[in-house]
Amino acid sequence: MQQEVVLAMLAKEPSHGYQLRARLRDALGPLGDAMNAGQVYVTLTRLEKAGLLAAERSADGADRSDRKVYALTPDGQQRVAEWIAEVGWPRPDLAEFHLKLIVAAAAGLADPLTIVDTQRRELLRRLRDAQRAAMAEPDRSDAALLLEGIVLRLQADLRWLEACETNWTHRRSGS
Amino acid sequence: MSDAADTSVLRARGLRKQYGKGEGLVRAVDGVDLDIGAGETVAVMGPSGCGKSTLLHLLGGLDRPSDGEVSLNGRRIDDIGEKALARMRRSAVGFVFQAFQLMEELTAIENVELSALLAGHSPRAARRRAEKLLEQVGLTDRARFLPSALSGGQRQRVAIARALSNEPLVVLADEPTGNLDSAATLDVLRLFESLHESGQTLVIVTHDARIAATADRMISMRDGAFVDETRLTGGTTGQLGALVALED
Repeated sequence: MQQEVVLAMLAKEPSHGYQLRARLRDALGPLGDAMNAGQVYVTLTRLEKAGLLAAERSADGADRSDRKVYALTPDGQQRVAEWIAEVGWPRPDLAEFHLKLIVAAAAGLADPLTIVDTQRRELLRRLRDAQRAAMAEPDRSDAALLLEGIVLRLQADLRWLEACETNWTHRRSGS
Repeated sequence: MSDAADTSVLRARGLRKQYGKGEGLVRAVDGVDLDIGAGETVAVMGPSGCGKSTLLHLLGGLDRPSDGEVSLNGRRIDDIGEKALARMRRSAVGFVFQAFQLMEELTAIENVELSALLAGHSPRAARRRAEKLLEQVGLTDRARFLPSALSGGQRQRVAIARALSNEPLVVLADEPTGNLDSAATLDVLRLFESLHESGQTLVIVTHDARIAATADRMISMRDGAFVDETRLTGGTTGQLGALVALED
């Protein structure tokens, strides 16, 4: 889990770790199932060591991490503000696949079209999974919106594979 | 592709459709063999102009092949007379089109019951079935609306209910989500999924990968011929978390 995400979830109010986990589960839906239960606590501990948040024991005094209430420090608030303003965006690594086709064709290692077909099957399976999860979500849930984004990206990748297929078909018939 | 002709609801052999002559000859469908089993959902994908709509028209008896055979439930339909073909279409095939093609002057429920009436059901049975189908597509409260008062997604759901009202052996859908936004597409996919679960045989031609991903089988078509086939059932990744990077 990205540290800034966990940090920013404390911006609204100081919270227990289990409250953060519940909020993440709501926002991620079935995608959050892959989340390791300990991940949030590991991240919280790291953030505490970095001085970005402070932990206070709750009133009952128990010294377990799931009893602690976490709050942002001024440094933490600063970091959250910076993160919100950032314009980073994950880059899909298309170059690797592109080069795989070129190298495979050049050295006669494999038929690029076979590689494209195999890749398409895999993406269709992922699309199927994402779609099924999306269909099971109630309309306009947070998780449905995330799943829609995943579905749209997979569609874009599948369209690019179609372009790869067309292009390599022409190259083959042209040679 | 299975060769079990006796279990195929829809079967094509050496199917061809050509237009024009000489230099202008277009081979829209160029030697297609196909077996669709009962209860199967098959998606035919390909870029526009690959011949997939023409193929669907040949399979549903909306058009005649230049060569080859089409059988529905073991019965040839490519060589029967016009009247018999029209009767077969009305009683055994349900069509869903990209542009919905509802009768604009008829209400939703009238559109749905019309095809049952044409297939020879009694008015009472047709009405009962139409009511049930509109309920199934979640549009009971829109039954008396004209198509013009419905959203695109609602119109397509009416069109799907209509396609089912003659209890067809097979539903043939041509780019059914082509005019729909993301949310309406999801509604249509949910509907197809429930049809699939109820055992309805379904053939969908589309360039929308979302539909292809819900099918049992996906066939890729290019220049009038099938170039690849993928069976999608039973092989999901089973790891939804792999779809999104949650690890740091």
